[in-house]
Amino acid sequence: MSFIDFHQVSKRFGDNVVLDDLSFGVANGERVTLIGPSGSGKTTILRMLMTLTKPDSGTIAIDDEYLWHERRGDELVPAGEAHTRKVRSRVTMVFQQFNLFPNMKVLRNITEAPVHVLGTPKDEAEARARDLLEMVGLQSKADFYPSQLSGGQQQRVAIARALAVEPDILLLDEVTSALDPEIAAEVLDVLRDVAKTSDVTMLLVTHAMRFARDVSNRVLMFNEGKIIEDAPPEQMFNEPQHERTRGFLRSVLEEV
Amino acid sequence: MSSAQLGLLLYGAWQTILLTLGGMALALVIAFPVGLARVSRNKFLRAVGFVYVELFRGAAVLVLAFWFVYALPSLGWQLEPAFAGILALGLNMGAYSSEVVRGAIQAVPPGQVEAATALNFTPSQGMRRVVLPQAVRAMIPSFGNNVIEQLKATAVVAVVSIPELTFNGQLIWSGNGRAAAVFGGLLIGYGIMALVFMTMVRLIERKVAWS
Repeated sequence: MSFIDFHQVSKRFGDNVVLDDLSFGVANGERVTLIGPSGSGKTTILRMLMTLTKPDSGTIAIDDEYLWHERRGDELVPAGEAHTRKVRSRVTMVFQQFNLFPNMKVLRNITEAPVHVLGTPKDEAEARARDLLEMVGLQSKADFYPSQLSGGQQQRVAIARALAVEPDILLLDEVTSALDPEIAAEVLDVLRDVAKTSDVTMLLVTHAMRFARDVSNRVLMFNEGKIIEDAPPEQMFNEPQHERTRGFLRSVLEEV
Repeated sequence: MSSAQLGLLLYGAWQTILLTLGGMALALVIAFPVGLARVSRNKFLRAVGFVYVELFRGAAVLVLAFWFVYALPSLGWQLEPAFAGILALGLNMGAYSSEVVRGAIQAVPPGQVEAATALNFTPSQGMRRVVLPQAVRAMIPSFGNNVIEQLKATAVVAVVSIPELTFNGQLIWSGNGRAAAVFGGLLIGYGIMALVFMTMVRLIERKVAWS
């Protein structure tokens, strides 16, 4: 089994088949970009790994531990809350809409999970949070409320908050789609930094193709709930094999 | 107006304030568990919350008060009228306030719960640390409306001989027959009390704001 292992995963919303008997794996430390037209199932992959969307069938495992199931004897049964939390503790996610907690100042947004979920002592968590804020260039904003920050700043705080729980797997769901291009660039710079300085496994859904090329070592092209092409970025972007990939890349690049 | 009448009115107003605050306090104590039960993942708790709300939202405060003062003694319980009044007011308002709690919890954007999950909070941590603090802030204006409703409902429980503002006003009217003056005065009195309560709620609203 791969580090992240999807095995025959299917998902439909009503009549709409979002994932169709999908199997793929991601190695530890890999940076994988998921591309494809909207509705092709990319975000659903991330949401399933974050336990926000439940697969209809199939299994998902992280480092040989099932996420939605647990072993009882030789059987796989639906996972209980405790099992899911244990496996999920290795994963975190940054969202398109940032989703900072508006009732907490920036520093507490970052320390809340380390202190109350991981049990890190408060001063240690705060020192680490300040380091992370410095990394994202916002050390002066520790005592601000999220609503006092711009969108790009909020997203950088959200990245710091995600890193504070020391994930093995970082999921990035269209993290710059809600931002102006110029502001998006700041956020992408921070993420390039993260990619360079850590060995966290990254799965990203993005329309920022140059960023995808810089950061990822593998690109998956989704179409109608299936992976139709799986290649390193140079190959995917320079000489895509599949006609559907060529069409998609052309339309995305024209948009800019 | 004689000083005895003035004293009667002031005492009545004080009783009205106590009934309002007592009823509202009970309503809030009821509202949080019932409101949370209404959004629980547990089917049984949801059902209990539903039954409470439907039962007491539909119960007329007047009939509840009669029941506590005149029916309960026949079962061997004798309640003080003021206590019965607070019980009737609070049980009824509790149903409304628990709907405020439920609505405010459900109005917190789903992205907040998803972020709590992404940080691996337990569901109860997510509720306590993320959802409720945001929901409570949204509840305050509606609770303010509930307080004003509660204030006006206190006039109804006058009928079980609680010497509150309306009851004492009626006493004065039956003595002097000057309906326009007495009830006009009562209206002004209730208006002033409503204004004071609303101002207090606004102050609380400002106090809990984060910017």
